[in-house]
Amino acid sequence: MTSVSTAAARKPVRWGRVALHLGCLAALLVMLYPLAWLLATSLKPADEVIASLDLLPSHLEWSNYKTAFEGVNDVSIWRLLSNSLLIAGGAVLGNVISCSLAAYAFARLRFRFRGPMFAFMIATIMLPHHAILIPQYIIFNKLGLVNTYWPLILPKFLATEAFFVFLIVQFMRGLPRELEEAARIDGCGPFRSFFQIVLPLTRPALITTAIFTFIWTWNDFFTQLIYLFDPDKFTLTLALRSFVDASSQSAFGPMFAMSVIALLPIVLFFLAFQRFLVEGMASSGLKG
Amino acid sequence: MTTTAIPTGEKRATATTPKRRPRRQREGAAWVFLSPWVLGASVLTLLPMAVSLYLSFTDYNLFDPPHWVGLRNYTQMFTEDPRYWRSVWTTLTYVVIAVPLQLALALVVALALKSMKRGKGFYRSAFYAPSLLGASMSIALVWRAVFNDGGTVDNLFGTGGWVNKPGWALLAVALLTVWQFGAPMVIFLAGLQQIPAELYEAAAVDGAGRWRQFVSVTVPMLSPVLFFNLVLQTIQAFQVFTPAFAVSAGKGGPADSTLVYTMYLYDRGFVASHMGYASAMAWVLLLVIGVVTAVLFRTSRSWVFYASEGER
Repeated sequence: MTSVSTAAARKPVRWGRVALHLGCLAALLVMLYPLAWLLATSLKPADEVIASLDLLPSHLEWSNYKTAFEGVNDVSIWRLLSNSLLIAGGAVLGNVISCSLAAYAFARLRFRFRGPMFAFMIATIMLPHHAILIPQYIIFNKLGLVNTYWPLILPKFLATEAFFVFLIVQFMRGLPRELEEAARIDGCGPFRSFFQIVLPLTRPALITTAIFTFIWTWNDFFTQLIYLFDPDKFTLTLALRSFVDASSQSAFGPMFAMSVIALLPIVLFFLAFQRFLVEGMASSGLKG
Repeated sequence: MTTTAIPTGEKRATATTPKRRPRRQREGAAWVFLSPWVLGASVLTLLPMAVSLYLSFTDYNLFDPPHWVGLRNYTQMFTEDPRYWRSVWTTLTYVVIAVPLQLALALVVALALKSMKRGKGFYRSAFYAPSLLGASMSIALVWRAVFNDGGTVDNLFGTGGWVNKPGWALLAVALLTVWQFGAPMVIFLAGLQQIPAELYEAAAVDGAGRWRQFVSVTVPMLSPVLFFNLVLQTIQAFQVFTPAFAVSAGKGGPADSTLVYTMYLYDRGFVASHMGYASAMAWVLLLVIGVVTAVLFRTSRSWVFYASEGER
C-alpha cells in the first residue's frame, strides 16, 4: 500500500530536470571535444591526422610518443620536463613564502602608509603585465640574467603577483583574532604568532596559491619566450612552440603526443585538487 | 648571551609601560614581513614603470644608449603606423566578441547548475577544467588544427579552415577564450548560492513568477559578482597573447587579422628591437585599461547593487 502511494507520488517525471541534464551533458560533450581530439590525434598515424574524418585512429600509433620522448632540437623531453618543473617549483615556493609574508603584514600589522600601500598592491593586480615587461627585461639584461631562469623565478620571491597577496589577505582577515590576541598577552611576538598560529590556519589559501601558481607558471608562454633562447634551457611550452614553426604534417602526431605530456601535470593537479581549485577561485572572486 | 638577554628583556618589560614598546616593535616587524613585497613593488614594478615611461620618449634598441626623440614614438604610432591601428581594432573586436559571450555562457550555465540537486559538483568541475587547460600551448595548438583547413570545423560546416581566413581567424581565437568560461561560471555559482532563500520566498509570496524573481532578485543580488567578472575578464582580454600567437603560428596572420595589441608590442620590442616604440605602446595600453576600468566603475554605480555597504 505504502509503496504504491510513494510510487504514485513520484510518478510525475520531472521532464524539466531531465532536459537540464541532457543539455548539460550535450554542452559537456562539445566542451570536452578538443581534449578528446587531442588525445585521439596523439595516437594517430601521420596520414590520418588531417585526411581522416574519424575521431578515433584506425590503430594506436604509440611511436608518436616514442618520437615525442626523443624531444626537440636534440634536447630530450626529460630535460624539458625538468626545466618546466624547476621553474614552476621555484615559482610556487617563491609565491607561497613572499605572498604570505606580505599578506600577514597587510592583514594583521599596523605600520605607516598601510592604506596607500594596500591600495597600490590592489592596483598592481589590474596592472597589465606588458607595461613593465620591457624595463624588467632591460634590468635583467643589464644584470646579465637573460637566458637564465632568474627572471622567471626571482620576481615570485618578491611578491610581485599581487593577486595571491590579496587572496591570502582576504583569507587571513576571516580568521578569528582571539588566538593571536591571547598569544600576544602571553608574550608571543608577531613572528611566532605568524609562524605558529596564523600560517597553519592559512593552509587552504596557501594550497590554492601553490596550485594556481604551478598551473599558471606551467602554462606561461610569453615570459619564457622573451627570456629563454638556448634550446637546452627550453621548457615544454617553448619546445611545443618550435613545433609550430616547423609544422610539417608528419610531425603532427608527435607534436600532439608532446602536447598531451605537457598537459598531464595540470590534469593530475586538477584531478587531485579540484575541490580546492574550484572553491579557491570562487572565494577569491566573492570577497573582493 | 641568552642568559643575559632574557633577564634584561623581562626587566624592561616591567619597567616601561608595556603597551608602547610592543607597538613600535610591531611596526618594525611589519617592515620585515613586507620587505620582499616592498623590494618587488619598487624595483620590479614602480621603477620599471618609470623607466618605460622614459623610454617611450626615446629611440632604444637595447645596445646603444637611448636617444631622446620627444613625442615621436607616439605621433608615429597614432598617425603613421597602419599596423598599429590594425592591432588596436583587432584587440577591441576580440574584447567585444569574447568577453560578453564568455560571461553570458558562464551565467547561463551557472543558473542551470544552481538549482540542480544531483551532479552539480561534477558538472562544475568538468566545466571548470578548460579554464586551467585553455591557457596552455597544447590547447592552442589543438585549436589551430581543429580550425585549420581539413580540421573538424571545416569538415562539419564546410566553411574551410577559419585559421586561414582573415574575417574568421580572430573568431577562432575568441572561441578559445569563450571555451574557458568555467572560471567566471564558478564565481557566478558561488554568488548565486549566497543569495538568501528568503528573498525568493518573499518574492513568491508577493506573487512573483520565475522570470520576475530572476529580474528583481537574482539580477540585482548578483550584480556585484557580474561586475567583478566583467572587470576581470575585460582587463585580461585586452592582454591576450598566447592563443593569438599559436593560432596564427606566431605571425598574427592571415593579413594581420589576429595581430592583437600585445603581439604587435612583442613584434616591435623583441623582434624589431624598437624598445622605445614598444614602451610607448605599453603605456598606451596601460592608460586604455585604466580608462576602461574607470568607466566600468563609473557606470557600475547605476547598475551594481550592494546589499551591505562599507564592509571593507
